[in-house]
Amino acid sequence: MFRYLLRRLALTIPTFIALMFVTFAAIRMVPGDPVEVRVGERGISPERLAMFRHELGLDQPVWKQFWDYVVQLLHGDFGTSLATNQKVLTEFAALFPATIELSLAGMLFAVLLGIPAGTIAAARRGTVFDQTLMGLSVTGYSMPIFWWGLLLIMFVAERWGLTPVSGRIDLIKFYFDPVTGFMVIDAWLSGQVGAVKDALHHLVLPAIVLGTIPLAVIARMTRSAMLDVLSEDYVRTARAKGLPAWRVIGLHALRNALIPVITIIGLQVGTLMAGAVLTETIFSWPGVGKWLIESISRRDYPALQGGVMLISSIVIGVNLLVDLTYGLINPRIRHG
Amino acid sequence: MSIPMPRSKAAIAVVFALASLAAAPLTASAKTLVYCSEGSPENFTPAINTTGTSFDAARPIYDKLTQFTRGSTTVEPGLAESWTVSPDAKVFTFKLRKGVKFHSGVNGFTPTRDFNADDVLFSFERQWKADHPYAKVSGGKYDYFADMGLSDDVQSIEKIDPLTVRLTLKKPNVTMLANLAMDFAAIHSAEYADMMAKAGKKEQFDQIPVGTGAFSFVAYQKDAVIRFKANKDYWGEKALVDDLVFAITPDPTARYSKLKAGECHFVIAPRPADLPEMQKDAALKVINQSGLNIAYWAFNTQKAPFDKKEVRQALSMAIDKSAIIKDVYLGAGQAAKNLIPPTLWSYNDAVKDYPFDQAKAKDMLAKAGVKTPLDIDLWYMPVQRPYNPNAKRIAEMMQADLAKVGVNAKLVTFEWGEYRKRLQQGEHMTGMLGWTGDNGDPDNFFFLRGCDAARPGGQNVAKWCNKAFDERLEKARTLADVKERTKLYQEMQQIEKDDAPDFKIAHSVVYEAMRKEVTGYKQSPFGSHQFNGVELK
Repeated sequence: MFRYLLRRLALTIPTFIALMFVTFAAIRMVPGDPVEVRVGERGISPERLAMFRHELGLDQPVWKQFWDYVVQLLHGDFGTSLATNQKVLTEFAALFPATIELSLAGMLFAVLLGIPAGTIAAARRGTVFDQTLMGLSVTGYSMPIFWWGLLLIMFVAERWGLTPVSGRIDLIKFYFDPVTGFMVIDAWLSGQVGAVKDALHHLVLPAIVLGTIPLAVIARMTRSAMLDVLSEDYVRTARAKGLPAWRVIGLHALRNALIPVITIIGLQVGTLMAGAVLTETIFSWPGVGKWLIESISRRDYPALQGGVMLISSIVIGVNLLVDLTYGLINPRIRHG
Repeated sequence: MSIPMPRSKAAIAVVFALASLAAAPLTASAKTLVYCSEGSPENFTPAINTTGTSFDAARPIYDKLTQFTRGSTTVEPGLAESWTVSPDAKVFTFKLRKGVKFHSGVNGFTPTRDFNADDVLFSFERQWKADHPYAKVSGGKYDYFADMGLSDDVQSIEKIDPLTVRLTLKKPNVTMLANLAMDFAAIHSAEYADMMAKAGKKEQFDQIPVGTGAFSFVAYQKDAVIRFKANKDYWGEKALVDDLVFAITPDPTARYSKLKAGECHFVIAPRPADLPEMQKDAALKVINQSGLNIAYWAFNTQKAPFDKKEVRQALSMAIDKSAIIKDVYLGAGQAAKNLIPPTLWSYNDAVKDYPFDQAKAKDMLAKAGVKTPLDIDLWYMPVQRPYNPNAKRIAEMMQADLAKVGVNAKLVTFEWGEYRKRLQQGEHMTGMLGWTGDNGDPDNFFFLRGCDAARPGGQNVAKWCNKAFDERLEKARTLADVKERTKLYQEMQQIEKDDAPDFKIAHSVVYEAMRKEVTGYKQSPFGSHQFNGVELK
């Protein structure tokens, strides 16, 4: 197992190197310069422009900038944002809990609905329920997140008044300083009556929006994995033993069908991060997604590079973890 | 539309179980004003910022020596209760207001003295002197201080006594009084700066702000919220609410939804498409004013055939301006005939715009000896600006109009920074650009057509240098008398119109939307937001 872990870890190194290069190069390929973006119509004298570019190290050859960036990263320094002059890691750490909270809620929504839905669809294969569900999952998978979010806001929040429109907490009723950055936990720690409920209330719509695509994927994956498992001999044996259908499906079949589903859930972390960028913008959710979008428009190289590196590391980390779990569950993979 | 979930009714019931109670309306705490702003400030020191978002976030906290009367471009006393200007318009002596208190209790700071000349000196010297202990803090880029000419023009800033400050310039500049009312000239506490320096936390000075303004800073969470509370000791027009909250909401559709749902009282920048519905809503109030800006299409007067006045005049008649206002600005624009907007003093309403007359335009082109079809280039900005919602669309409409008078316009654009640079170098034949005013002084617009700015790299992208215009521009800078200046500026508007260095497109019309219960709000011609004197009824 230890050798397997080492091998998997070693495999992430080239991924990181490629990532460093791509994030560095991509933002520089976008036309525009951080100083020019800052000044607008006003323009800037060539002397001041040269001075600022020098201070930011932008007058160095690109290879030198890249080298400095790599050295910096190896020292664990993600740089300083050009826009706010704050350490990239500090900004990221302040915003990331909001993204995690939202992603967890989205994933919870997707898993709690997706697995039962997929299981039922498989058990009732070919029925109207199955066909409807699969149709819906295609719709869910291809749903433009922005449109879906706005639609939900319009009906659920505005017209029916069931949830707040956006934000993380009622800013008038509740005020407490962030401790963990997770609003639900901070609300609980604050001890203010109704704060936890209000924080959960604010999570509902963004979690649905963010969880919709993973929900569709998980439902489909569960269904097909279940269909495979249901045709196995041991399931027939279980049925022959006269076990009730819910025990056969819920205990014997589902357990085995979940293995590929777990992998898919791991892979969905990337989807969640991508979705968070849009969801956070629609719901004024102060997470890293929105921050990255702003960094692009400001040409804030360090913030963007650092942010992408950090998020990618997390996605890679989660996938590694999923692979390891998989290895634990299924020893054949470990030795393969 | 539906989400993929089984047994829809049951599922919806589960999903919305948390949403058992409808969102509570704002009335729970009537004295908190919630403003849905569009983004996070870079920090809270306006001197090192350039964006309206950052200025809005710092405005509740600070005062300036002079200030703009709420809702106008008129300069009035701020932390300086009076001033005198020397006859040569070079020496400004400010008498400071007595007994003004800095906010207490922010970041552990308790002021031991009232505001005085040391604070004024600290605030300007930080921006002016490269060796100032705070000069390099938070990046230390003082764009506005440099752009408004202070870094080059200031001879000295002296403390005469604790409540008198003298500012001496190298050359006359009467617009200085308006410049000092701008956000970059906010007055900070020197005592707080010392405290932070001693604690080795200079960066915090710009993150956790202390000022003398109508609201004091409480807390800020990036991309989420900024909280302020009313400064009960405020010397000026007081805050009429207890708390002010900026709910950071970047998406305009979400802002509108929050306004409707009562989650905010006031929103920045409503979408033009939402305006008709907003105006019909009995719970909301929509106000508007022309913005302190101008969008124009400049002719490069140093390139043939635009060196001929008649050609410029002819093309000014070839474009259907009203169609542009209607189709591109969607009502959020006002046809422009002068470089300055009508909200600015000295606006010359007697100037008559060129009529839309393509037959005459053709005729004039022929008389000017222009052979048609004439090939020109037409540059348009690649970005949306406050004064121009869609430069490309405008360019296409102009192209179609120009074709009708025998002019083939080739549309050209570059990346924004590159675009501006090339335009300022004068590489274009014709090009679109615009301007947003800074200090409410007409000089801040007219310099765009001055001879000094017509040099390569200068901001006069018409590269137009007219002696009669320029003499008046220079002279007005030396006159303290507003009437005399007005006369000169009005003449300049006529001169410019006759010589047609550019085709003036529009001033944007800025809309503000709020809930009915908000009273006392005055729309700023600068597009800035200020909440002292605003009440919730």
